[in-house]
Amino acid sequence: MRYSVLQILKEGLTGNRGWKPVWREPDPKRHYDTVIVGGGGHGMAAAYYLATVHGLTDIAVLEKGWIGCGNVGRNTTIIRSNYLLPGNEPFYELSMKLWEGLEQDINYNAMVSQRGLINLFHTDPQRDAAVRRGNAMLLAGAGAVLLDRDALRRKCPFLDFDNERFPIKGGLWQPRGGTVRHDAVVWGYARGADQRGVDVIQNCEVTGFDIRDGVCRGVETTRGAIGADKVAVCVAGSSGQVMGLAGLRLPIESHVLQACVTEGLKPAIPGVITFGAGHFYVSQSDKGGLVFGGDIDGYNTYAQRGNLPTVEDVCEGGMALMPMIGRARVLRMWGGVVDMSMDGSPFIDRTPVEGLFFSGGWCYGGFKAVPAGGYCLAHLMATGAPHRVAEAMRLDRFVTGAVIDEKGMGAQANLH
Amino acid sequence: MIIDHPLLGPRDAAEFVYLGDACLIDRPDPGDENAARLFHDYLHIRDNPAGEHRELWFHEHGDRSWLVVTRNTLTHEIVRVELARDVALARGRDR
Repeated sequence: MRYSVLQILKEGLTGNRGWKPVWREPDPKRHYDTVIVGGGGHGMAAAYYLATVHGLTDIAVLEKGWIGCGNVGRNTTIIRSNYLLPGNEPFYELSMKLWEGLEQDINYNAMVSQRGLINLFHTDPQRDAAVRRGNAMLLAGAGAVLLDRDALRRKCPFLDFDNERFPIKGGLWQPRGGTVRHDAVVWGYARGADQRGVDVIQNCEVTGFDIRDGVCRGVETTRGAIGADKVAVCVAGSSGQVMGLAGLRLPIESHVLQACVTEGLKPAIPGVITFGAGHFYVSQSDKGGLVFGGDIDGYNTYAQRGNLPTVEDVCEGGMALMPMIGRARVLRMWGGVVDMSMDGSPFIDRTPVEGLFFSGGWCYGGFKAVPAGGYCLAHLMATGAPHRVAEAMRLDRFVTGAVIDEKGMGAQANLH
Repeated sequence: MIIDHPLLGPRDAAEFVYLGDACLIDRPDPGDENAARLFHDYLHIRDNPAGEHRELWFHEHGDRSWLVVTRNTLTHEIVRVELARDVALARGRDR
């Protein structure tokens, strides 16, 4: 069924009795050409682009729980392409272009809202860094506008411009940045993939890999063995655990990133705003809640929940930046387990096991990368060669030394 | 989280700075013929277990001692706390 205004009118007039389930619930077959482990954003997007771009449809996506129960439903829904380096900025810009056409492509309302994203700066050196980053974004076609204090004050009069410790000197604005309804992304990709014959199999945990003579020939699951010519693992925070089943150790630690949402408020915050002196970022959902977050807790964990000192630190950052939010009450907070790579950048690559592919190390930035991450993983699996914009995201880059040094901190960025 | 410091008793984890897996105590020998590979693994590769994890915490807002904390990464339960110095000495390090 294709969704359209006409369809809504028709169903509305006939009692909404014609809507169909959005995807099938098939039992796993004994063998697929391609098995994707992990029914989150990246896994589902990879299945969708394998089917649409490369015409491959003998695919199963295996999900331990229900699709979208992991980080794709736990993030703060922000999309942006304001990176710096040749190794990552073109990748994130491809992702932004895919976001811009996503809803028409998948025929699903993902509420992509390019309401703009502003990274604030508070010192002269930070302004220099923002100018450099803005120029890199312009070169990649991402677009960027440097806002001085007055221009910023017109957009965001509520900011604490004259904060004694961190006065606000301006911001780097990416007008094309914004937010997306994150659950709808994975549902839309799942529906699109399902319509093209991809089996989306939920409640199916991978418990091992069938590896013989260094070649991966399938997976063991809680619903039986499934053979496959190619297997891709896209399991975010569980990367270390799942790849451990294949005998691989990764340059990854699993950490928890927390986020919070307040009660609904009238429209107050235009777009996404990030604090340049502490770690705090905020946007306002269409329901009115302020969605905000900050740093990871900083210790290894798989618990999907964090501790209060980090929440306190995030809220202090928010109060330093926009004191007006002090009376908003926090309704909910939650955590997601993120796979922190050692240089803070992701991997889309083959592994030493033939036929086994890996997409991970997305750290705390995987959501914005969902379309391009899936697109580039599909490209790698279908053509055998990495996509042009993902060539730097190698799994062996700590051996070769070709790390993606986004923050200019060297090979040991200590981002976690 | 409360870390039961061997010398100071129970302390709030917020007083500490976290470094990571306690395997960092076992620094490879730079003279080893495989030193490049050993240091790569030492610096970058982690077991990243779901369950008990031995890890280094630094008591920055306290007595500035390094501790080896054994903590469950699924529940945040802390099962054992040792002075990193004792652990290092027991593993044959000279300090």
